[in-house]
Amino acid sequence: MLKIIVCVKAVPDPKEAHKIKIDPATKTLTRADVPLVLNLLDKNAMELALLLKEQLDAHITVLSMGPPVAGNIVKECLALGANQGFLLSDRAFGGADAYATAYTLAKGIEKIGEFDLIICGMASSDGSTEWVGPEMAAFLKVPVVTRVNEIVEFGGEWWKVKASLENGYRLMQVKLPAVFTVSRELNTPRTLSFSGIIKARKKEITLWDLNELGVLEETVGQKGSPTIVSSLATVNSKRIAEIISGTREDKVEQLVQKLADAAVI
Amino acid sequence: MIDFTFTEEQEMFRKAAREFAETMVASKVPEMEETGKFSDDLVKALGEAEMMALTVPEEYGGLDLGYTVRMIAIEEISKVSVAVGMMLQVCALGIEPILKFGTEEQKKRYLPAMAKGERIGTTAVTEATGGSDPTGIRTSYKKEGSDYILNGRKCFITNSHIGDTITILAKDSENPKAFSTFIMEKGMEGFKATREEHKVGMRGCNTGELALENCRVPAENLIGDEGKGMRVALAAIGDVGRGGMVGCALGLQAACLEASIKFANERILYGKPISYLQTIQNKLADMKIDLEAGQLLGYRATSMQDKGMRSSNEFAVAKYFTTEAAQRAAKMAVDIHGGYGCMEEYAVSRYLRDSFVLGPSAGTSDIMKVIIGRWALS
Ligand SMILES: Cc1cc2nc3c(=O)[nH]c(=O)nc-3n(C[C@H](O)[C@H](O)[C@@H](O)COP(=O)(O)OP(=O)(O)OC[C@H]3O[C@@H](n4cnc5c(N)ncnc54)[C@H](O)[C@@H]3O)c2cc1C
Ligand SMILES: Cc1cc2nc3c(=O)[nH]c(=O)nc-3n(C[C@H](O)[C@H](O)[C@H](O)COP(=O)(O)OP(=O)(O)OC[C@H]3O[C@@H](n4cnc5c(N)ncnc54)[C@H](O)[C@@H]3O)c2cc1C
Repeated sequence: MLKIIVCVKAVPDPKEAHKIKIDPATKTLTRADVPLVLNLLDKNAMELALLLKEQLDAHITVLSMGPPVAGNIVKECLALGANQGFLLSDRAFGGADAYATAYTLAKGIEKIGEFDLIICGMASSDGSTEWVGPEMAAFLKVPVVTRVNEIVEFGGEWWKVKASLENGYRLMQVKLPAVFTVSRELNTPRTLSFSGIIKARKKEITLWDLNELGVLEETVGQKGSPTIVSSLATVNSKRIAEIISGTREDKVEQLVQKLADAAVI
Repeated sequence: MIDFTFTEEQEMFRKAAREFAETMVASKVPEMEETGKFSDDLVKALGEAEMMALTVPEEYGGLDLGYTVRMIAIEEISKVSVAVGMMLQVCALGIEPILKFGTEEQKKRYLPAMAKGERIGTTAVTEATGGSDPTGIRTSYKKEGSDYILNGRKCFITNSHIGDTITILAKDSENPKAFSTFIMEKGMEGFKATREEHKVGMRGCNTGELALENCRVPAENLIGDEGKGMRVALAAIGDVGRGGMVGCALGLQAACLEASIKFANERILYGKPISYLQTIQNKLADMKIDLEAGQLLGYRATSMQDKGMRSSNEFAVAKYFTTEAAQRAAKMAVDIHGGYGCMEEYAVSRYLRDSFVLGPSAGTSDIMKVIIGRWALS
């Protein structure tokens, strides 16, 4: 049986992004009013797991680190079709950078047990470092393929996948167990179904805190984070309107010149 | 204690319905507006998404989720398209008489296919001679052997042309005080959908006439006891029909408010968004108050219904309030949009047309007041 672990992050609802402000003192985001939702790309990660489960004998575990309300997104993944869920939640886990997040998740995965494939989103919509997947792979000492946008061959020991590059792709062969981080082009995530939600009633979410995970406080959360966000700034992008005058030919010439100066054409 | 919050699971059902509305319904709206026809793809999609199964018990192939979840689903879908919300709500109205008054055999025969959306349901009461006064109907039945012969015409019936399993109210040709309900099936000899209406709003939701001409209906299609059919039809309309209209109205109210907030934040006058103007804020506040109150009334009624309590009076209050509030909201939304509100590119113009169609369905506001007045005096 293919054992899949999907890592999912609870992020502030991008539809309510305008409510998120930066606290100038602590350099953290104030997002108390913004509901947490399943990170968009993690839906693609879930979809890949579900498609594999439809075609192979597979078992899907969902794992998240976050505040207790992140239990909702784990539940959502169970409703989408995952078999079991784990939530790593403890005050001590708060303020983690990508390194500490990857470490904590890796510890969770070790405790869950064996796995063949770990699927992450390529990036979160809030932190967006794209590091959690690769760093987790390093902790677990398994290979990683980032930005997977097509599964070419699957099912055996060696899989063939395409990973997107800016102007093309890499065709990669990778030996399982491995970590994939997936891009939006990989698939179209399915939506929640009523009967899926009903089935999730019988599925369990296991909650692990610092002690249950068996890690030292100084290795997780803010204390375990080797990077610190020292400054955050809001960029105000303003459009500048300029009216070009003259004859029609003149205007076209001026416009072309301006676009060329701005390196747009 | 009274708990005014939805459960986590109910919130997830709302999310499921919203995702369905955004991914499957939204793209069909322009086509439905233009052709006035319900999309076949959408009938299929609604069935696959188990939208018709919500109120049907598990033993008949349903999800048994009850009436609060049904209202949540209709509300979310109506935020995107009231026409689709209406079509869906009437499917449950078609299911209800069989569910509440049908024999075990009838339930087994009809409900599984209706829950899957393979057979579309509706209930047909209204006629040219009887809408608010259903005793004025002229469609008649006459016993012949063990069968019944039905004759007459129904008008303003939702899902008339796309319906497969239709509950019909008819009058005893020999006793004007006796009414019975029958399950009609598409394709029965002498039974057909005739005129299709062109409504000002809810375009795409199918409304039309049904004609019965010497239509032979076997006794096994009678719902409930012969002569006790008025109770069957009115019970379904009173709770499920009105509850469905409340869901449609709440969705429309929310859509009006959302569109108004968006426009008011984007439209710059005097150097600032018009949402800074007190008069505009006042309108938004009125819409918000109506929406909050409407949700409390609507979901109170469904929570009573889910507990098996009598709730038709509460539904009458909620139906009156929300359908009237939806009209107020649509007018304010159009007003906030200024000239743009009169242009078809802006959804609020559709909301205004849709809001006027909410009124008569499942009983006019006057009729709701008749019911509420009687309740107050009782
Ligand atoms: C504005 C801002 C700036 C930041 N800058 C930095 C920085 O410079 N350096 C740094 O180290 N950290 C930084 N952080 C913190 C960091 O981004 C996150 O808090 C960290 O927990 C996870 O990294 P990510 O969100 O970037 O994840 P990404 O690596 O972008 O996420 C990729 C995938 O990893 C998985 N994943 C990520 N987080 C979790 C989780 N909690 N549970 C389960 N799966 C998860 C998901 O599958 C996700 O799709 C910043 C945060 C913010 C809000
Ligand atoms: C979009 C749409 C869908 C519909 N779908 C269905 C359906 O699926 N099945 C079905 O059977 N019917 C359906 N109807 C019909 C609907 O139920 C009737 O239109 C409604 O009951 C009103 O009946 P009427 O149109 O005959 O108006 P009338 O009853 O003729 O009413 C005319 C006016 O008199 C007022 N009035 C009537 N009686 C009183 C009173 N006692 N006191 C004060 N005022 C009164 C009414 O409020 C109204 O203003 C639908 C209607 C619409 C618009």
